[in-house]
Formats: sequence, structure tokens, C-alpha cells
Amino acid sequence: MLPRQKIAMIIICISIFIIILDLVRRRRLKEEYSWLWLLTSSALFVLVIQYSWLELITEAMGAVLPTTTLFIGALVFLMFLSIQFSVRISRLTDQVKNMVQENALLREKIEEIKDDKGGLVDG
Amino acid sequence: MKTRCKVKRLAIVPAFNEGARIERVLKKIGEIDKEIDIVVIDDGSTDDTGLKSRLAGARVVRLSSNMGYGVAIQTGYKYALEKGYDYVVQLDSDGQHDPAYIPQMLGATMSGDADVVIGSRFLGEKAVLETPEAGYKVGVARRLGIRLFAFVTSKLIGLKISDPTSGYRALNKRILAFLMNDFFPYDYPDADVIVLVHRAGFKIKELPMAMHDRATGTSMHSGLRPVYYIFKIFLSMLMTLLRKKPSLP
Repeated sequence: MLPRQKIAMIIICISIFIIILDLVRRRRLKEEYSWLWLLTSSALFVLVIQYSWLELITEAMGAVLPTTTLFIGALVFLMFLSIQFSVRISRLTDQVKNMVQENALLREKIEEIKDDKGGLVDG
Repeated sequence: MKTRCKVKRLAIVPAFNEGARIERVLKKIGEIDKEIDIVVIDDGSTDDTGLKSRLAGARVVRLSSNMGYGVAIQTGYKYALEKGYDYVVQLDSDGQHDPAYIPQMLGATMSGDADVVIGSRFLGEKAVLETPEAGYKVGVARRLGIRLFAFVTSKLIGLKISDPTSGYRALNKRILAFLMNDFFPYDYPDADVIVLVHRAGFKIKELPMAMHDRATGTSMHSGLRPVYYIFKIFLSMLMTLLRKKPSLP
């Protein structure tokens, strides 16, 4: 890897790491969603510093260029991110369903109390 | 509300934009069983379904947005448990399910024969299915789909089930408490619910009945939804079998 490429990659990794930490600090991002970003940027950082490890992984995967390994790594990262979002959306769907049901039952209860009071006044 | 008798019974009627027909269905329920309470789960209707239901003497639980049949029916279960009902019968608001079968359906659960009783279009004599009075016709594709679900469900639970997609069901309190949980498949609850409750140890029984045709309105199985529906039911049944046996309440 050329020194210029190495420097660019290190800057990207550090930037992502700092941006994610700052988002968590400003409560714009939940810790729950930050770990995958932090893990990936850290892993990328290590691979750039220890370029021989990236070459080793590339060889083990049967790929020719280390850039291919990085490209596949990025795809895997995005896939995991999507799975994490799908899991979270499923949980949110359950929560929304329970809230709508609870809200509907409470509204009915209020109407029942109102009806009973109306009946008492009429009687 | 008519809740004086010892055994409290409730008819759960989920409805979405059924203002034109719901009054007739509710009145018929009241005529068939004078002691039964009725709750309409208004699934975010934009017409006068809620008002018509109230005028017909039913209680109305209105969901703030259209959440689908499964969420509506589970809301009915939650309502029944909260109000202390012992037995419930669920039927569609579009007039497909004839309220005349309510005493028979509830009778089978109240006698302890079963925890859940399913009204079947395909049980008993063939005449029950497509009588001219019933005016109910099942299309070829739909019939094949139901037969396939019936076959798979029967094989999976080792009990003959002829109409696993029927939404006309009577249930007791015990099974209601079970179906209140978040594992209730509210996204098209059909054959997978049968597998789920059988696996949990509940008794299931089918009763033959005729059904009427929908006069107007949109079925929840229109468009491309049947494709997703088939996929979902099979996946849900498979997952139910792979999971740990659910514990009874």
C-alpha cells in the first residue's frame, strides 16, 4: 500500500470513529447502533496499520487484490447493519402494536366511564 | 351492557370500513344470543363503522390507525380478558360468518370439548360448503391454497384440520391469556396459530358451517398479498415447530 493511500485510509478510519463517538455524545445516535460502526472502523484501522494481515486474509479468501478483501468487508458490514435495523424495526413494530392496542383499550374505558356517569346523571 | 349471567360471553367483531353491513351483522348476533356482549374492534375505519356499531348496541374499541386483522383480533382478546369474559367468539363484520352458529360454537367450548372451536367450510357433507342459500363460492386457487394449508397443518399436528384459514372461532379464557403474548402472529394469524396452540397443549375442534359471500368490499387477500401470505404462514409454522414449546398460562 502506498504511504499516501495508507494516510488517507487512516484519516477515514479515525474520522468515522470520532464522528460516531461525537454522535453518541450529543445523543444523536444510540449506543446500541454505534458498536458496529466503531468495530468496523477499528478493524479497518488495524488492517491498514498491519497491512500484512490484510494480505494474509486476502490469500486465505483466495482473492488476488487486498482491495477486494476490503470491498467484501464493506459489503458484509452493510449487510450486518441492515440486519441490525431489521431486528430493531421488528421490535419497534411490536412496541407500536402494543401502544395502539393499549391506547384503544384506554379510550374505550374512558368512554365507558363517561357513559356510566351520563347514565347516573340521567337517572 | 348485558353482563348479568354467571358465564360471561363476548362476540369480537374486527371491522375496517364496514359501515354498510356491520349493523345487520351485529343485530343478528343480538337476536341469536340475547345474553352475549359485543365488541367491535374498529381497525382505523374512515367511514361510520364505529357509529353504526354503537347504534347497534355494541361497545367499540377504536384503533388509532389501520393495523391489520391480527392486531385487531388480539385487541379483542385483550379487551375480553380485561373485562373478565369467560368465552369469546370471533367473527367477521362483512357478513361472511353466519351468527346463527354462535350457540353451537360457544357450546362446544363451554362444554369443555375444546379450548378453541373453528368453523369449517369443508367439514361434513359437501352441501354445507356451497348451498345456494349460503351463496358462498370458493375460487379454484383459493380452494387449492386452503387444501394445501389444511394438509400441512393436519400433518404437522397429527389432527385432521379441514379449514385452517377460517376466522370464525370460539375460544375460552385460558387460550385467550395465551394468545395475548407478543408471540401471537398478528401478521395474518391463521394456520400458524393452530400449530402454535396445539403445540402448547390446547384442544382444537372443528364444526361444519356454511359461509356467505362478501357482497362488496376488499378482501384482505387481494393483490399480491396471497404470495406473501403463503410464504409467511409456512415460515411461521416451521419456526413454531423449531422453537421451544410455549408454556401455558
